[in-house]
Amino acid sequence: MTSATFPASEPQPSWTRYFSFNTDAKVIGIQYIVVSFFFFLIGGLLAMIIRGELITPEADLVDRTVYNGIYTMHGTIMLFLFIFPVLNGLNNLLIPTMIGAPDMAFPRLNAVAFWLVPIFGGLLIASFFVPGGPAYSGWWSYPPVSIQNPLGHLVSGQGLWLTAVALSGVSSIMGAVNFVTTIIRMRAPGMGLFRMPVFCWTALAAQSLQLIGLPALTGGAVMLLFDLVAGTSFYRPEGGGDPVLYQHFFWFYSHPAVYVIILPVFGVFSELFPVYSRKPLFGYVYVALASFIIVGLGLVVWVHHMFPSGVAQWMRNLFMVTTMLIAVPTGVKVFAWLGTLWRGKLRLTTPMLFCLGGLFNFVFAGITGIMLATVPVDIHVSNTYFVVGHFHYVIYGAAVMGVFAAIYHWFPKFIGRMPYEGLGKLHFLLTFVGANLNFLPMHPLGLMGMPRRVSSYDPEFAFWNVMASLGAFLLGVSIIPFLLNMVSSWVRGPKATHNPWNAIGLEWLLPSPPPEDNFGEHVPTVISRPYGYGTGEPLVENQEAIERALTLQEARA
Amino acid sequence: MTSSPPRLRALPLIGVTLWVGLLVLASVWMSRQAYRWLPVQASTAAPLVDGLFSFETGVGTFVFLGVISVMVWVVLMHRADKYDETDAEPIEGNTRLEVVWTAIPLVLVMAIAAYAIRVNTSLGVLGPMEHIHLHNSVEAQGGYPGDRLPAEGIEVIARQWSWEFRYPDAGVSSTELHLAVDQPVTFRLVSEDVIHGFYIPAFRLKQDVIPGTAINFNLTPTREGRYRLRDSQFSGTWFAANQADVVVESRDAHSAWLKQAAAQPLQPGLNVAAAEYAVRSKKSKAGWATVPPAPPPQVNVPGSDRLLHDA
Repeated sequence: MTSATFPASEPQPSWTRYFSFNTDAKVIGIQYIVVSFFFFLIGGLLAMIIRGELITPEADLVDRTVYNGIYTMHGTIMLFLFIFPVLNGLNNLLIPTMIGAPDMAFPRLNAVAFWLVPIFGGLLIASFFVPGGPAYSGWWSYPPVSIQNPLGHLVSGQGLWLTAVALSGVSSIMGAVNFVTTIIRMRAPGMGLFRMPVFCWTALAAQSLQLIGLPALTGGAVMLLFDLVAGTSFYRPEGGGDPVLYQHFFWFYSHPAVYVIILPVFGVFSELFPVYSRKPLFGYVYVALASFIIVGLGLVVWVHHMFPSGVAQWMRNLFMVTTMLIAVPTGVKVFAWLGTLWRGKLRLTTPMLFCLGGLFNFVFAGITGIMLATVPVDIHVSNTYFVVGHFHYVIYGAAVMGVFAAIYHWFPKFIGRMPYEGLGKLHFLLTFVGANLNFLPMHPLGLMGMPRRVSSYDPEFAFWNVMASLGAFLLGVSIIPFLLNMVSSWVRGPKATHNPWNAIGLEWLLPSPPPEDNFGEHVPTVISRPYGYGTGEPLVENQEAIERALTLQEARA
Repeated sequence: MTSSPPRLRALPLIGVTLWVGLLVLASVWMSRQAYRWLPVQASTAAPLVDGLFSFETGVGTFVFLGVISVMVWVVLMHRADKYDETDAEPIEGNTRLEVVWTAIPLVLVMAIAAYAIRVNTSLGVLGPMEHIHLHNSVEAQGGYPGDRLPAEGIEVIARQWSWEFRYPDAGVSSTELHLAVDQPVTFRLVSEDVIHGFYIPAFRLKQDVIPGTAINFNLTPTREGRYRLRDSQFSGTWFAANQADVVVESRDAHSAWLKQAAAQPLQPGLNVAAAEYAVRSKKSKAGWATVPPAPPPQVNVPGSDRLLHDA
């Protein structure tokens, strides 16, 4: 049994804690990540059906109603049940350990926020089985399509969808309150804001966005639910409502949501590039502050999703300019990472490869993003596959790659075992090639004028769709080495030391895996900035003694 | 480093200059290629949009290749040796460099924005907010200057899932859109059910059709041919099949078509959704629930969706 490999002084906690209402942030973090990958597999399976349908021009694999339900659920599951929960998982694991806190500020609230995820996840999955099938109006759920309710039942797929999204909003708000409070109130002695790791900066920025934006979406979704089941007319044109109003509520949150996703991934890049280039993060203060510039600008760009919806010219121009400005703080980060890599001593480990691949894809996505920001080009390509290609480069190409990088990098810390490099590199190769083969062809398709969300298309679009489908199937296969790696290394991977990557940070001064209360009473005092690679400055007081004790403990085990 | 002869010290500078030159050439080439990724230009708007897109492709190619060059360079040249456990030289930042790489993107994106606003103004694809008062004066109608002439008015009715085009002056209705080349035209876009998107890729123009609002929309086709009009805002089950053909013809051919069409009796218009729905309702396992399609509009000219189109 594996229990023999752990220090005798510390009895191994039972695995059943992962299935209980546990308040330890490290347990909750792993719960989030495992649950999110369960839904990732479901969302991925739906993507395979989508690409299977689109490999031929005709609607022939599934019925059109089924296609619409599946693409809707693919987007919904990937956003609300994969990417947000997986990032909250990382937040739970990393924030307390990085700032030297024993746990989150409100551990019980934290557990409630997590347990809402399987609840609304179950609700969403259950909607596949209600009469009439699941919601089919896309993850935007624009009225009036979303309030048409073809069967007229009180319980419909769309109704369950809206309930789930509202619950997801509640869960995320609970999480955000917790993360923001923890970061502001519970940092180790000596860790001023400008000694805080960039991941915490980005988490703070992202979670502030959640607090500002989510009430709009949640309120908007509740009003839509009323229109659907209670006959109100918030958005019903025949009752004097305005369907475009919903689009404002929706995008006021859902555009910043993209930054909620990408900011922590920027945080991961900012943590990992220094470790694997053995250099300090270039321009730390500016990189840290850039996140908040992105927050400020990110709140005033939402109308760029609505350029063809019928908005006034001055609004189009205004929101185009604010959107373009976001390129500046984002560019600052990209250049800072290049500055970090420059003349470093690069180690191309699995997490580093995922970061480099993610940066590559992100730069591409940034350029198509500028194209989309300019109104005249957007008018042509909005609601076409160009947009689908663009955001999959952001979300899969950059964000999911960053999440994989983070998992490989911090796996030894929180599981206590090393993942296998060979499988990891295979996973990277398949993911990088698959993602580019899948998402690059979507750009020419959009430029040619192929609308998104179609279940059939004109034959001139066939070639690039075949390419995209082949890429998608490759991407489907790419998850196998990852799952294999995670399961086998968790069960029998080589034991990890407290700092296998020779990284600098409070979390690396804890045993792997850390005890339940992290540093407990003995929180070290931080005496320098993070990322002191090559400076020879210790991060905390008595660092040598702490590390010696950890090494000794590992030698005894 | 300092001891190397001046000739050697100049080498990196020459190398970088040469490389940047190559990237500029590649970017110019890509900006030319960009036109080939787009459909044929069939409206006054198309050259303006394509010009902007080509410019952005050029700039974007340069930025992308520049960043990727640095990444490839460091991966090839700055790898740690196998057993090298040491750290690199700790460079923590460089304020001058940081100012430069804030200023350059700022200038760049503002230049692109200025260009885009100029294109935007000449396109004048106005939203409904400015259209509400459009009956007051010709000036308020805005639009591309060439479009401010008295224009043919066509009513476009979007439904789940068909497009109907009415020519009130000629008393013609059709499910195939016919336009005269080089003649400005004003559409009045209305929807009877949900939001649809009026999108003709060859024209590079798109406008959502919002139920409860009539939106006026101007354009001028410039090239004869047969193009596709596609619904661009998801409108339910047969969204993908909600397409129509747009025929741009000479002025003479257009008036001949109008005359001939007016003489034709009303018949059910083109409606793929209704046809598929009829087949589907006979199946025992048809899939999930759907709103039934609106009955096909009664039109003079149903048109066809089986003819080859240019874009």
